Amino acid sequence: MEAGNGTKTAVLEARKLVRRFGEREALRGVDFEAAAGELVAVIGPNGAGKTTLLSILAGISKPDAGEVHMPSGVGWVPQQAALYRRLTVEENLLLFARLEKHTDPAASVEEMLELTGLGERRGEIVARLSGGNQQRINIAIGLLSRPSVLLLDEPSVGLDPRQRARLWEFVSALTSERDTTVIFSTHDIQEAERYGGRLLVLADGESLFDGSPEALREVVRSEAPEAAERDFETAFVAFLHHRGH
Amino acid sequence: MRWLLLKDLQILRRSPLQAVLLVAYPVLIAVLVGFAISGSPGKPRVAFLNEVPSDATVSVGTSELPKIGVSDRICERVECVHVKSRAEAEDEVRSGDVLAALILPADLVDRINSLSTPAPSTPEVDVIVNEEDPVKARLVNDRINSLLTQANLVIARRIAGEGGKFLGLVLNGGQFSVLGQTIEILGLRNSARILAELRPAVPPGPMRDSVDRVIRFTTLARNNLGTAGPLLDRLTQPIAVDKQVVNASTPPLEVFAIAVAATFTLAFVTVLLVAGSLALEREENAFPRLTRGLVSPTALLTEKVALGVAVGLLVTLLMLAGLAFFVPLHWSRIGLWLAAIVAGGAALGAAGAALGAAAREVRAVSLLAFMVTLPIAFLSLIPSGTVGPALYDAIKLLTALFPFKPALQAMTAALDPGGPSIATALLHLAILTGAYGLLARFALRRFTTV
Repeated sequence: MEAGNGTKTAVLEARKLVRRFGEREALRGVDFEAAAGELVAVIGPNGAGKTTLLSILAGISKPDAGEVHMPSGVGWVPQQAALYRRLTVEENLLLFARLEKHTDPAASVEEMLELTGLGERRGEIVARLSGGNQQRINIAIGLLSRPSVLLLDEPSVGLDPRQRARLWEFVSALTSERDTTVIFSTHDIQEAERYGGRLLVLADGESLFDGSPEALREVVRSEAPEAAERDFETAFVAFLHHRGH
Repeated sequence: MRWLLLKDLQILRRSPLQAVLLVAYPVLIAVLVGFAISGSPGKPRVAFLNEVPSDATVSVGTSELPKIGVSDRICERVECVHVKSRAEAEDEVRSGDVLAALILPADLVDRINSLSTPAPSTPEVDVIVNEEDPVKARLVNDRINSLLTQANLVIARRIAGEGGKFLGLVLNGGQFSVLGQTIEILGLRNSARILAELRPAVPPGPMRDSVDRVIRFTTLARNNLGTAGPLLDRLTQPIAVDKQVVNASTPPLEVFAIAVAATFTLAFVTVLLVAGSLALEREENAFPRLTRGLVSPTALLTEKVALGVAVGLLVTLLMLAGLAFFVPLHWSRIGLWLAAIVAGGAALGAAGAALGAAAREVRAVSLLAFMVTLPIAFLSLIPSGTVGPALYDAIKLLTALFPFKPALQAMTAALDPGGPSIATALLHLAILTGAYGLLARFALRRFTTV
C-alpha cells in the first residue's frame, strides 16, 4: 500500500467512503491515504465534506459505506477547543494524561508543556488564555495519546497571524521531528499551500484532487491557463470552477 | 471514572458562586419549607378580652348555674393573648401578632340569661379579624368557627347537665334550693308509690277510678321522661365521631416537614448538578474527545450520577444535622437515611442526566431542571381529597414517573420510626434509576452528532 505521494507506505487508508445526512450525501466514494510524517491539507468550499471526512477518520462518525483502516493511535483535535476552560492548563493536560492511562502522567504533562511552550502559564485558568494558546492546549491534548496520526479540524480558525505562525511551526515540528502524520482541514488556501505537503481537494463530497500544491498548479495550467500564474487561491477557485463547483 | 469525578469537583470548586448557589439555594428553600410546615403554631394566637363582670352568673329559670369558665375553656384551645381594651385588641390583629381577637362583651351573660325569659335576645361575642388575603381569611374563619363551636358546646353541655338535674328532681324527687330556701320535691316516682299505697284504702267507685288514672299518668310520665335525660345529653353533640384510620403510616408533622426539606435539597442538588455537568461536557466540546475510547458514554453517565449522589448526600446530611438542632432526629436510623439519600439521589441524578442530555447549554439545562423539578415537587405534596378524583389520579401518575415523590416516601420512611417499610420506595427508585439511565443513554446519542 502506497500513500498519495506514491513513495512511502501508508499508515492510514480510506476506501470508497460514503456518508449521508438524510437525502444529502456529504461524502461520495472518497478514497484517501497518508504516509508517516506527511502533512496533508484537506481543502474545499463550505459543505465539501472536510469535517465529515476527518470525523470518520477520527472514529467519531461512522461511514454509511466504504472502509477505513487506521492505526491504533489517532489523535483528534476538533475545530472548537475540546477542553475544560475552568481548569488550569496543567489540570487539563493531567486529566487527559490520566485518562490515556499514562504510566507517568506528570512527566507527560511536562513534555506537553515544553512542546507547547506554555510551561510558564501552566497554572493559569484556560478561559483566561488567548484563542491561540487554547488551541495549542487543544492540540497538546490530542498529542497525549502519542498518536502516529494527528487530525486537525480547521486548527487556525480565529487565530491572529502571529498565533498562526507559532501554530504551524509547532505542527511542522511534529511531522519532521516525530514523524507524525498530520491531516488538517482548512478554508485558508494560502495556508494549505504553504504548510500542506499534500492537498486533498473535496467539493460536494467528491475528491477532485490529491497531490502536492505544485501538482495542483500544473492541473490548473492545463485546465484554466488564464488563472495558473495568479495567486494560489485564485488558481484554486478557477480549478473548482472548471470542475463545475 | 475517578479522574472525571475529580475534574468535576475541581470545576465546582473553581465556580464558588455556582457552588454556593447550588448548595445554599436548595438548603434555604428546604429550611423554609420545613419550618413553614412544622413551624405553624399548634395553637393559634388569639387576642382575648373578657368584659363580662366577674360576678355574673348564668341562670336557668330562677336557678343560677355554676361558673362555666368559658374563657378558661377557650384558652385551652388557643394561645390567648390577654388584652385590656378593644383598641389594644384591634392593634394586635392589625399588626398580625394574633390571628384574631375574641371579645366577650359585658352583656353576654345577661343575654344568655334572657334566653329563659319571655323576651330573649341573642347572645353575641365580638370577633375582630384581619382578612388581608383570601387564604388567611379562610384560615381565620375556620379557626374562629371552630373556637365558637367549642365554646357553644361547653355552654350547651353545662345547660344540658343542669336541665338533666331538674329532670331528675321531677322524676325521682329531692331537694331544690331557691331564694335561699330549700324546697322538698316529691317527684313522679314517689307520687306514684304514695298513690299506690293509698289506693287500697279508697273504696271502689269513682274516687278509686280517679286514683287509678293519676297512678297511670305518673307511671307513664315517669317512663317517658326517663328517656328524655339521655336525649338531652345527646342534644349537645348528636353525632359522635368514630374515626378509623385506614392508612396508619402518617408520620408526625415534624418528621414529614424534615423529609420534605431533605428531599427538596437532594432533588435540586442532584438534578441541577448532574444535568449541568453533563451539559458542560457538550458545551466544552469535550464529550466526543472523551468518548473516543477514553471513557464509554455509560461510564460518563455513571460518573455524573455518582457526582450528584456524592454531593447530594453531603448537602442533605449537613442539612439534616442542622435541623437536628431544632427537631430531635433518630440518629440510630442513619443507615436508612443513607439508603434513602443514595437511592433517591441516584434516581434524581439519572433524571438529571436525561435532562442534561436533552439540552445543549448549561444555562438552558439549569432552567429546564428548575422548570421540571419545582412543579413536580409541589405536585408531589398535594394530598388526596384536596382536588377532584380524576385530577388526583393524573397527579399521582405524573408524580410516580418522576423520582421526587418516591424519594420523599423513602426519606419519610427512613426518618419515621413508626413509618412504613422503606423497601417499596427503594424499589420504585431503583426502577426509575434504570429507566432514566436508559433514557439518558439514548439521549446521549445526540451528543455525538457531528
